[in-house]
Amino acid sequence: MDERRKGTAPLDEARLRQRAIGVKLRQMFDEVVNEPVPDEFLDILRKADRKSGEG
Amino acid sequence: MSAPPEKDTAPLEGLARDKVFQRELVTLIPHLRAFARTLTGDATQADDLAQDAMIKAWDARASFQLGTNMKAWTFMILRNQFYSDKRRSWRSTQLDQEAAERTLVAVDDPGAPLALDELRLAMSMLPYEQREALILVGAGGFAYEEAADICGCAVGTVKSRVSRARKALQGILETGAYDRDGREAGDAMRSIIADAERLSAIR
Repeated sequence: MDERRKGTAPLDEARLRQRAIGVKLRQMFDEVVNEPVPDEFLDILRKADRKSGEG
Repeated sequence: MSAPPEKDTAPLEGLARDKVFQRELVTLIPHLRAFARTLTGDATQADDLAQDAMIKAWDARASFQLGTNMKAWTFMILRNQFYSDKRRSWRSTQLDQEAAERTLVAVDDPGAPLALDELRLAMSMLPYEQREALILVGAGGFAYEEAADICGCAVGTVKSRVSRARKALQGILETGAYDRDGREAGDAMRSIIADAERLSAIR
C-alpha cells in the first residue's frame, strides 16, 4: 500500500502486456481456425463413413 | 438400440444420428487443427494428429451423447492422442527445439509481425501442460472447468498452469524484445531459447 504510487504504473504496464499476449494468442489460434481445411480431412471422413455404412 | 427415449423426442439412431454427428464434427475440424498446431508446434504433425483425433471421434461416436459439448469431447480425444503418440516416441526437449525452429521457418508471410513469430516460439518453449491450459482457456474459448475436464485435472490446477504460462510467456517475450534491439531476429530467437531453458531449469 505504501508503494502504491510507485506501484500502479508497472502494474498497469504488466496488465497491458498480459492483454497484448492474450490478444496475440487468440490471433495465432484463429489464424489456423480460419485456414481452409485441407481436402484430406473430408476425404478421410467420407471413407470412414462409407466403411461404417457397409458394416 | 433399445435405449429408452428421454422425454418425448425420439432419439436419433443409425444413419440419421451419424449424419448429425458428422455435420457437427466437420465444423470442429478447424478448431482441432488449431489446437493440434499449438500442441505440436508443427503444421504437418498437427494435421496428422487432428486427422487421427477426427477418426477416433468418428469411431467412438456411439459413446458421445448428442447435445453435449462435442468440442470439449473432441479436444480431449486429440489431447489423449497427442500424449500417447508422444509417449511412443519420447525425444522430449530435443523434439521441442526442432519443432520450434521448424515453426519459425514455416512462417512464410514476410508481412507477418515479428511479435507473432516470437509468440509462437515462446509458446513452444512452455511445458506441455502449461501450453495446453493456456491455449484452451486463452484462445480455445473454454471455461476453466471445461479445460479441467479436457486435461483430466482439477480446476485449480488449470488455473495455476494458466497463470504460470502467462508469466513465463511474458518473461520470454520481454527478454526477446530486449535483445532484438539492434540485432538480428536470429539472435533474439537464440536468446529466447536460452531464456526458456533457464526458466524451465528454475522451475
